[in-house]
Amino acid sequence: MDGLKEIRLHGRGGLGTVKAAETLVYAAVMDGIYGNSIPFFGFERQGAPVTSFVRISDKPIRPKNRVYNPHAIVVLEPTIMNAVNVFEGVEEGSTLVLNTALKPDKIDIDPKIKTLAIIDANKIALELLGRPITNTVMLGAFVKATGWVSLKNVAEKVEELWGAKNREAVMKGFEEAVIYHLK
Amino acid sequence: MQEFDVINGNKAAAIAAALVNPDVIAAYPITPQTPVVEYLTQFAADGVLKSSMSEVESELSAMSVLTGASLAGARTFTATSSQGLSLMYEPYFRASTLRLPIVMAIVNREMISPQTVWGGPQDSISVRDAGWLQIYVEDNQEILDMIIQAYKIAENKDVLLPINICYDGFYLSHMTEKVFIPEQEKVAKFIGKYNPEHIILDPKRPMAVDPLTNGDLLMEYRYKHLKSQQNALKVIDETDSEFEYLFGRSYGGLIEEYRMEDAEIAILVMGSLTGAAKEAVDIKRKKGVKIGLIKVRALRPFPKERIIKALGKIRAFGVVDRNVSFGWNTGVVYQEVKSALYESGKIVPSVPFVGGLGGEDITVKMMIESIDKINSIEKNHNTVWLTRE
Repeated sequence: MDGLKEIRLHGRGGLGTVKAAETLVYAAVMDGIYGNSIPFFGFERQGAPVTSFVRISDKPIRPKNRVYNPHAIVVLEPTIMNAVNVFEGVEEGSTLVLNTALKPDKIDIDPKIKTLAIIDANKIALELLGRPITNTVMLGAFVKATGWVSLKNVAEKVEELWGAKNREAVMKGFEEAVIYHLK
Repeated sequence: MQEFDVINGNKAAAIAAALVNPDVIAAYPITPQTPVVEYLTQFAADGVLKSSMSEVESELSAMSVLTGASLAGARTFTATSSQGLSLMYEPYFRASTLRLPIVMAIVNREMISPQTVWGGPQDSISVRDAGWLQIYVEDNQEILDMIIQAYKIAENKDVLLPINICYDGFYLSHMTEKVFIPEQEKVAKFIGKYNPEHIILDPKRPMAVDPLTNGDLLMEYRYKHLKSQQNALKVIDETDSEFEYLFGRSYGGLIEEYRMEDAEIAILVMGSLTGAAKEAVDIKRKKGVKIGLIKVRALRPFPKERIIKALGKIRAFGVVDRNVSFGWNTGVVYQEVKSALYESGKIVPSVPFVGGLGGEDITVKMMIESIDKINSIEKNHNTVWLTRE
């Protein structure tokens, strides 16, 4: 872990965006480093855009603020990119972890993004869980793309929260995410 | 090695209450406090929490139930936010003027109108003169630690006052981070047994509570109430030291001073925005600006002497308020700090900042700009509003 990493998760109400953020903090703490997460709700309702902010660092984290200049962006649901500018304030050299069935050349990606992780999380979630709840698949993809927290501690927390099927979803997300290094 | 968990501020508050295991809990859910009630109810259902849980139909009832319970000698706990606090205003005032050591967490939420559910301590700050003690905290560990300390402070024989532990809605209530959780036996040892002697409804010792009282006697009550607020100044500082001795964590008592030793200018803050301000202080220190920070932890009683001492050598200061004082065109803490300094006879230029209302963020960048402003003033400055670009 090299300094402070700021992460922004974009989802919709009901996708477990906030819980995914908390899981990353849990994993970071169990890994022996620091983390905090703050959800930013609009009016809470199913289907509405939800944003959650995560900070991970090898040093204690003091600010309790939203994330404005993320080093990583996680998009839990493909259509959210039509509703929200997920690239707002993104740092040069950042990582995008994207739930989509499209190929990279069909996606409009900010040039500051240098690492792209793509996964069809809806398909995996439907197969494994019977519902398009993508948060656990996306956590696996996030770990593969960044390596900032350990897969073991993410999987452990996910299993505690949602059971063995979701642990499997994390593993599947890790295995099947395709990583592209962009120029 | 203490046990820890990764939890949000509301869970930290509920765990603290469960560690204390008060006799009676009565609470009514309101955003952003709702999870506190949910966690407590869950703990009770799981048998972890032995308190008598009173599921009331409003906040007015919650505080009334606790008033009765406290009069009967019980240790009590509740939590609320904004409109819930407004609804309990009548028994809120009575709890303090009856000198009942009730502990209540306030999950700070902006007051309507317009309709809002987001953070801001306008709710508790607006009742700062209702006779309760009020402590404002910065992070989730401090929520947990201060709810434990609250019992020891409130029940002290020289104090005997109800106390609020106030924390920002969403920025802390829904923020997740690592929190150390002390052992219950250690907490029990720290707060000790509650031996109420003040007013107790006991059939063997009948007494009239709250009879119609003439002004001359009421003035004596107020005189003693004000004195006990002053007694709390020492007790809050001492309790912090005792807590540190047993649990290894100190918050500075009434105020926390950060990099004030050689400071020429100071920024004063309260609540969850302290972290961003400390970050800004470190950034400006690296650039040679001799800035220090004071975190105001106790708003009631107001730590006049310690503020005077801490600001003794500075040439200018600013106060960042996440609240307003209607009629003053500034925030409340700014006016309190200015009043304290008047007694010291040392008047230096100052600047009030207002921001973060209704859940707005106060960023590190805003804090840096605030420090630059404090550094530049040569006379008193009008209120600066911290707003988005």
